[in-house]
Amino acid sequence: MEVCGSLTVSLREFGCEQSLLSRTDGSASFVQGDTSVMAGVYGPAEVKVSKEIYDRATLEVLVQPKVGLPSVRERSQEQCVRETCEASLLLTLHPRSSLTLILQVLHDDGSLLSCCLNAACMALMDAGLPMSCLFCGVTCAISTDGQIITDPTAAQEKESRALMTFAIDSAKRSVLMSSTKGSFSVHELQQCIAVSQKASEKIFQFYRDSVKRRYSKSL
Amino acid sequence: MDVSCERVGEVLLPGDEFSFEAEENISLTVPVKSEKVVCGPGLRRCGDRLVVCKSGVLRHKEPNVFWIDSQQRRYVPAKGESIIGIVTAKSGDVFKVDFGGSEQASLSYLAFEGATKRNRPNVQMGDLVFAQFLIANKDMEPELVCIDSSGRANGMGVFGTGGLLFRVSLGLVRRLLAPQSNIRSDLEHLFPCELVVGMNGRIWVKSASVQQTLIIANLLQSAETMTAQQRQQLFRKVQQGAF
Repeated sequence: MEVCGSLTVSLREFGCEQSLLSRTDGSASFVQGDTSVMAGVYGPAEVKVSKEIYDRATLEVLVQPKVGLPSVRERSQEQCVRETCEASLLLTLHPRSSLTLILQVLHDDGSLLSCCLNAACMALMDAGLPMSCLFCGVTCAISTDGQIITDPTAAQEKESRALMTFAIDSAKRSVLMSSTKGSFSVHELQQCIAVSQKASEKIFQFYRDSVKRRYSKSL
Repeated sequence: MDVSCERVGEVLLPGDEFSFEAEENISLTVPVKSEKVVCGPGLRRCGDRLVVCKSGVLRHKEPNVFWIDSQQRRYVPAKGESIIGIVTAKSGDVFKVDFGGSEQASLSYLAFEGATKRNRPNVQMGDLVFAQFLIANKDMEPELVCIDSSGRANGMGVFGTGGLLFRVSLGLVRRLLAPQSNIRSDLEHLFPCELVVGMNGRIWVKSASVQQTLIIANLLQSAETMTAQQRQQLFRKVQQGAF
């Protein structure tokens, strides 16, 4: 949860499960500490003529909060997830079809957007949709005394002066999407990006291990 | 001349790249043949490297075919594959068939054996058809036919009075249709039944009684997640329980 001098990056314990829903084309659940999100993917399926795009698939993302109806905050989270997915999916292989990604928040204890991104990536892999690279989400918080905390809990997020979420891709470790809140300097931003890129290595290794375990029966 | 790859049999994720070993000594007397590599599903070409775009196990078939074996539920149509479709509409001279893809396929009424303009085939809405894709690419509407290239039905057409249609994953269907299939040989020892397997993940079963039909359907659906040993154990238990 904390970083000293950005030499070691520690994340909360994470876990995931694939193919847990029976009616979806792909599903996954991702748990980071106490934050847990479930994702379901449908596609490529029929699309309404008003929403169809002639040369690529139409991606729709829905974020359902734990209680209540989706509001403006969920809409902005949906846009972040959608832009990341559109950058890594090969949408031109399924023109005039629709891909629907539904994220259900089961518990929010900080780093919600990055947990949504990780669950989305695992669900897209589970559905077998063609992707050019994988992506993962990492959240960094800058506390009032300037320390960088990766994967903060809700309490740490409340006390921080800046909160940043980055989506990192697996091919070149570049930043696909960034969502920031609060005030910070350019130097701090660059430090946080470097720390997130380092943390993404662990997450990608975890993806690889969990997919290997899933296919171990058929090897 | 050998195209070898050490990563065959490994689980690969989207974004992984691999290339092939080149021969170290290029002979000056023998003409060098250019090596062609055939990319199957799950692989894309990027310059002279192959990039993986689906997660799964890398498989290889002699001499030069590579593909990714992935587990998927959603069907994407491909030319030449035979599927089970449900007729949903009759518009003019064409039937609209739902096969579980992103749009409905069209099936002309002349694409049946012995069909002419005067002698129309007896196909109603809601019928099951076993057909083959004539046109199936991402840009055009998919088109089905119930005859092969020589004009004979060859098992295709309308079927399905009685029986049960259910969905399974695409991997199970490929395992059932493989030339020496263990699942199929295990099933043969159980009850006599009629089985139609569509590559879009739909299976139709008909057996002597409703109970036997349901048993076979449940066995096939549960065989997806079992290893070979567990499956044989389960089949043996059912065989003993029935007799």
